[in-house]
Amino acid sequence: MSENALPHEPARPRRALPQINPVYFVLAALIVAIIVQNPAFVEPTGYMNFLKRAAPLAILAAGQLYVIVSGGFDLSVGSLITLVVVGSSMLTNNDPNATWWVIAVMFGIGLGVGLINGLVVCYLKVPSLIATLGMMITLNGLALMWSGGAPRGYLPDSFRFFGRFNFTDLPVIRILPVAIIVLVVAGFVLYWFMHRTNFGRLLHAIGDNPRAARLAGVPVNRVRISAFVVSSLSAVVAGILLGGFAGVSTDVGLGYELQAITATVLGGAQLLGGRGSVPAAIAGALTLMAIFTLLNFLGLPQPVRQVVQGLILILAVAATVYRQRRAGR
Amino acid sequence: MTDAALPRPRAGLRFERWAPALLLVVALLLYVLIAVGTGQSRYLTWDNLISVLGRSIALGLTAIGQTFAILVASIDLSVASLISATAVLASVVMNGDPAMILPASIAVLALGAIVGLVNGVLVAKLEINPLIATLGMSLVIQGCLSAFVSNFAGSVPVEFQYFAYGTLFGLPFSLIFMILLALAAWFILRLTRFGSDVYSVGGNREAARLAGIKTARVVIGAHLICSLCAAIAGLYLASRLRSGAPWIGADGVYDLESIAVVVIGGTVLAGGRGGIWGTMAGVMIFSLIDSIFNIAGVDAFAKQVLRGIIIVAAVAFYAVRSRRLVA
Repeated sequence: MSENALPHEPARPRRALPQINPVYFVLAALIVAIIVQNPAFVEPTGYMNFLKRAAPLAILAAGQLYVIVSGGFDLSVGSLITLVVVGSSMLTNNDPNATWWVIAVMFGIGLGVGLINGLVVCYLKVPSLIATLGMMITLNGLALMWSGGAPRGYLPDSFRFFGRFNFTDLPVIRILPVAIIVLVVAGFVLYWFMHRTNFGRLLHAIGDNPRAARLAGVPVNRVRISAFVVSSLSAVVAGILLGGFAGVSTDVGLGYELQAITATVLGGAQLLGGRGSVPAAIAGALTLMAIFTLLNFLGLPQPVRQVVQGLILILAVAATVYRQRRAGR
Repeated sequence: MTDAALPRPRAGLRFERWAPALLLVVALLLYVLIAVGTGQSRYLTWDNLISVLGRSIALGLTAIGQTFAILVASIDLSVASLISATAVLASVVMNGDPAMILPASIAVLALGAIVGLVNGVLVAKLEINPLIATLGMSLVIQGCLSAFVSNFAGSVPVEFQYFAYGTLFGLPFSLIFMILLALAAWFILRLTRFGSDVYSVGGNREAARLAGIKTARVVIGAHLICSLCAAIAGLYLASRLRSGAPWIGADGVYDLESIAVVVIGGTVLAGGRGGIWGTMAGVMIFSLIDSIFNIAGVDAFAKQVLRGIIIVAAVAFYAVRSRRLVA
C-alpha cells in the first residue's frame, strides 16, 4: 500500500504503461459529455464559471486530503465555512475597509479550530470522527449564536472580491476569475507540501502505519495536528470564496464536509490513511462538480441527482478497491 | 511505546467497563441538582423520569442496531434515511386500515433486511469502506424516497398508535419494547456464537478469518441487524407521528446521533470492544442532557454548542487513558 506514497519509487521495467489515476479519464469523459450537452461550455465564460464554482470544493478537498492521508476525518470543515461566512458578515458590518483584518481574524479562527481538533485527537485520544463531529455541532451552534439565528448584513464588495470578481479583457482566455487564481495558488502550495516536502512523507508514513512511524521517530502528534490545521485553513479559504458568490446564511457550508471527503475518494485517496494525491483530489472535486453540472443540464430533479451521487460514490470506491486488488496492493 | 505490547492492567479494563455507568450517574446527579437548585422539584418524579426516557426511544432502537455495526468495526450512516423510508412505507401501506398493520410491518422489515444485506455485501464482499458504502446507500434511499413523496403520506390506524402511546404495567409500551430489544441484543452478543464472532471479527478481522470464522457472513449479519433496528425505529416514529414524512430521519440526525450514543456508551469505533448496556447508558445520558438543558432554560443555540462539547468530552473521559493510537 505504501509503494505509491514515495515519489521516488524505482520504475518497474515490466510495466510499460504509466499508471494514470482513472479520475482524470472520468473527468475528461464528463467534460466531453457536458460539451455535447451544452456547446457553450467550450467558451471561456463557460469553463471559467465552472472552475470558479468548483474552486471552494477543490481547495477544501485538497485540505481534507491532508487529514485523510494521516488516517483521520475532518467533519468540521462544513460548519467552519458557515462560521467564516456568518462571522465575516457580522464583523465587517458593511465596512469595506474592515476586509483585511476580518480575513486575518478568520484565519486565526481556522488556526484555532484546527489546533483544537488536532489536540483533542492526539492528546485526549478521541477518534477524529467523533472529535470533528463534536466540533461540527459546536461551530454550527456558534454561528447561530453569533448571528442570533438570522444572519443580517451583507459582505462588502471588497470582501466578495475573491469569490466574485473576474479580470476581463484578457487575451486568449478573456476572463479570469480571482477564485481560479486562489485555487491555483492554494492547490500548488498544498501540492508542494504534500508531495515535495518531508512533511508530506511523514504524513503518508503516519497514515500507513502509525506505530511504525512512531517507532521510526516521526513526531506523530505534531504532524497530525498540522494536518488538521491545514484542513481548517483550507476551509477558511473556501469560506472566503463562498462568501463571495453565495449569500450570507447559516447553511452555506452544509454538506461540504461530505462532498470534500467524496472528492478525495473519487481522487483515489485511501480512507484511513497512507495514500492520496493533491492533484487527484482536486480532479475528484472537479469530477463531482461536473457530475452535478451534467445532471443539471439533463434537467433531472434533485432526488435523481441524489441517487446518482450515491451510486457514483459507491462505484468509485469499488473501482479503487478493485484496482488495488488487481495490482496486488 | 514498548509497554503498549504488555498486557493492560486489569484496573484499566474495569474502568472502561464502568465508565458509561459513571457518566450516567454524573448526568443523573446533575439533573437532580439543577432541578432542586432551580426549585423545579416537580421534574423529579418517577413519571417524569419515564417521560424523559420515552423521548429517546427512536434513538435507542437505532443505537441498538448501530452497536452491532460498530462492534464489527463497520459503521452505518444510512439509518437516518432508512428510518424516513420505513416510516413512510408503513404509513402508506397501512393508510388508516387496521387490517394492513401486519402486511405493512412485514414490508417494512423486508425493506430493512434488503438495505442491510446490500450494505453488508458492499462492506464485506466488495470491501468498500463502510462510511462511503452506507453514505452512498443513504443518498440512494433518500433520493428514491423524495422522488415519490414530498410531504406527510398515508396515515396510521389508531390501533397501531399503541406502539408509541400505549402503556403496559404502568410503563410505556415502547419503553418496554426497547428494553426487550436490548435484552435480545445482549443475549445475541453474549450468549450466542454469532455474538462472539462479532467481537472476534471486530477485534481483528484477519485473525478471525484465519481462525475459521466466515467474516463476511458476520459483517453482513451485523449490518442486517442494524438496518432491521432502524426499520423498527421507523415503525415507531410512524406510530408516534401518526404518519410518515420523508424528512423525519434526517431531522432527528439519527445517523450521527446513534453513532455518538454508541461511542459515549464505551463501544470502541475501531470495533471489537463494547456492549449493549453501554449504548443504553449513552441513550439515557443523551436524553438526560436534553432535559437538563430544558429545565436550566439554556438558549437553543448555546444548547447546540454545549452538546458538541459534551459529546467530545464524554468520549475523551475514557479514551484519554487509552494507550493506543487513534485515527
